[in-house]
Amino acid sequence: MDLFEYQGKQYFARYDIPVSPGGPADTVDEAVKEAASAGYPVVVKAQVQVGGRGKAGGIKLADNEAEVREHAGNILGMDIKGHVVRRLWVEAASDIDEEYYVSFTLDRSEKKHLMMLSREGGVEIEVVAEENPDAIVKLHIDPIDGLSEAVARAACIEAKLPERAIDGATDILVKLYRCYDEGDCDLAEINPLILKPTGEVHALDAKVTLDGNAEFRHPEWDAFRGLTEMDEREKMAAEKDLQYIGLDGTVGIIANGAGLAMSTLDVVNQVGGSAANFLDIGGGANADVMAGALEVINFDENVKSIFINIFGGITRGEEVAKGIVEAMGRVDLKAPIVIRLDGTNAEEGRQILLDAGIPEDKLRSEPTMLDAARAAVALAS
Amino acid sequence: MAIFVDETTKVIVQGLTGGQGKYHGLRNRDYGTQVVGGVTPGKGGQDVDGIPIFNSVAEAVEATGANASFAAVPPKFASGAIMEAAEAGIGFVVCITEGIPAQDEAKVFNRLQRDFPGTRLLGPNCPGIISPGKCNIGITAGEIAQNPTEGGPNVGIVSRSGTLTYQALYELKQRGIGVSTCVGIGGDPVPGTNFIDCLSEFQNDPETHAIMMLGEIGGSAEEEAAEFIQANVTKPMSAYIAGVTAPAGKKMGHAGAIVSGNKGTAQGKMDALAAAGVKVGLNPTEAGELMAEIVAAL
Repeated sequence: MDLFEYQGKQYFARYDIPVSPGGPADTVDEAVKEAASAGYPVVVKAQVQVGGRGKAGGIKLADNEAEVREHAGNILGMDIKGHVVRRLWVEAASDIDEEYYVSFTLDRSEKKHLMMLSREGGVEIEVVAEENPDAIVKLHIDPIDGLSEAVARAACIEAKLPERAIDGATDILVKLYRCYDEGDCDLAEINPLILKPTGEVHALDAKVTLDGNAEFRHPEWDAFRGLTEMDEREKMAAEKDLQYIGLDGTVGIIANGAGLAMSTLDVVNQVGGSAANFLDIGGGANADVMAGALEVINFDENVKSIFINIFGGITRGEEVAKGIVEAMGRVDLKAPIVIRLDGTNAEEGRQILLDAGIPEDKLRSEPTMLDAARAAVALAS
Repeated sequence: MAIFVDETTKVIVQGLTGGQGKYHGLRNRDYGTQVVGGVTPGKGGQDVDGIPIFNSVAEAVEATGANASFAAVPPKFASGAIMEAAEAGIGFVVCITEGIPAQDEAKVFNRLQRDFPGTRLLGPNCPGIISPGKCNIGITAGEIAQNPTEGGPNVGIVSRSGTLTYQALYELKQRGIGVSTCVGIGGDPVPGTNFIDCLSEFQNDPETHAIMMLGEIGGSAEEEAAEFIQANVTKPMSAYIAGVTAPAGKKMGHAGAIVSGNKGTAQGKMDALAAAGVKVGLNPTEAGELMAEIVAAL
């Protein structure tokens, strides 16, 4: 789950990472109110999950109420690279002496956490990595040991941060690691991490991706729900706990397992079609899950045929078949289904579908993945 | 021969009294796997269809001599279950659990590496392992796996995706090609066993004559495997990478599969494997056909 900047800052604050005082605003009046409580001058920032907000005019400095009204009015509703701004973050403006960069992620190759720290912040870290790789200090952290203050301090020195920034930066590194670790982040990034003329160091931006698998131990994440950027289809799927990604094609896809679902997309593409979505019903999917998946696909106006590709392992063929029969009774499906069913209890599943007596123009079975893809693509064109 | 597990492997199922554990544990036994016990704290002394239940892995090992474990427990308890198995001296742990937090996975991996080098973890979030005709641990439907052919040629399979693992087994069975061992390493960010571990074992296994590998977008495991193949694998290989058409920046189902920027693309992985001499198919069926050609030439 990707957080918006303001949510990331709220999350940082839970771990005592210093951020600027501010608040979220959905209207011009709310922005004025938040500006007054943060104290002028303020920065009005578009809340979208895409880079390049500043260049697009989504971040503006305001010295007084009139300027807040003007900027908030302009930014709300603005389209930044296809993301429409629905919320602002208004915070006290900061004087900046220097800008740094710090992030924590998992390095899958090393199986350790990776801290990246640079004295060249405020720009895209990919650009720094390309043009001046020596300016980035990379440190692997063993998850068992964690990040000690001594190691964090040594990294700050190695990154050539100025003497007066070392204490503040070290403190933030240790706290950000705690946020990343205990807070179950896939990514915790501050860019820029700023040094003020007063010598204080604090987070001017926040980029946080939470690990959805850890939701069970973070009741506080409920506050972040419902605001993430999803289209209508994705919202509906999320409510049903389905792994769904909306795409632009005409063949609706339902498969079990991410690999098979991706492979299904590939095969549909190879035989000349295009997928309307990625939908993984996961392992152990039962009749209810299958019915829910069909409802989501049915909601998509672009879908002209539905390709259900199931290879049973933990998912059982008879459950899948029951789900399809149940869903066809519950929902008036607009598109015909082509199904390919193999693996655990596939025979029973195919029998259930046969016994249900569904007409061939509504549901047909194909023996292989390629045959089914061809049939689904033919029906969609 | 086979890799990691064979007819001598004695398995306990952690979570045998739960829904999934019971269903798949009993199926594994029906397949012929030596399932010698189950572990559920507080249910010691009971039995599941004649299989004795113990309160702890240590007790189960003591009583049965088990050397492998099948962990079928919910995400909250999974890392605890894996560590308990390691502490009890289990040498091979298969964890099928989907949805374990990445932070827990990273800790378990490093803890095992540091303190329990004798324990190999397969998974989590994997379908398990099958040495056809000998041992099946996990959720693979055993009947889709072709038994190895006496004298060969036989194929070893390693796959990052559960359902694609079944697809690979199925493709080979359709063509009557024997399988030595099929390992599903799982699609999570920190798998206990990776491609290279399996490739290395297959290279050294006299009963494996060719290797089929199934990868997917995200991370760099396939690229690292390609480097390893180039330097160390002399047995012929075919491969398939899922996600050619996956859009960048979208997580495809599980945490492993995401293309970020130019990293982790299917094309990059296919190119790396092809450069290492692997025959790369554009879909699982094509990878199966390529393997059939390889086997026919052996």
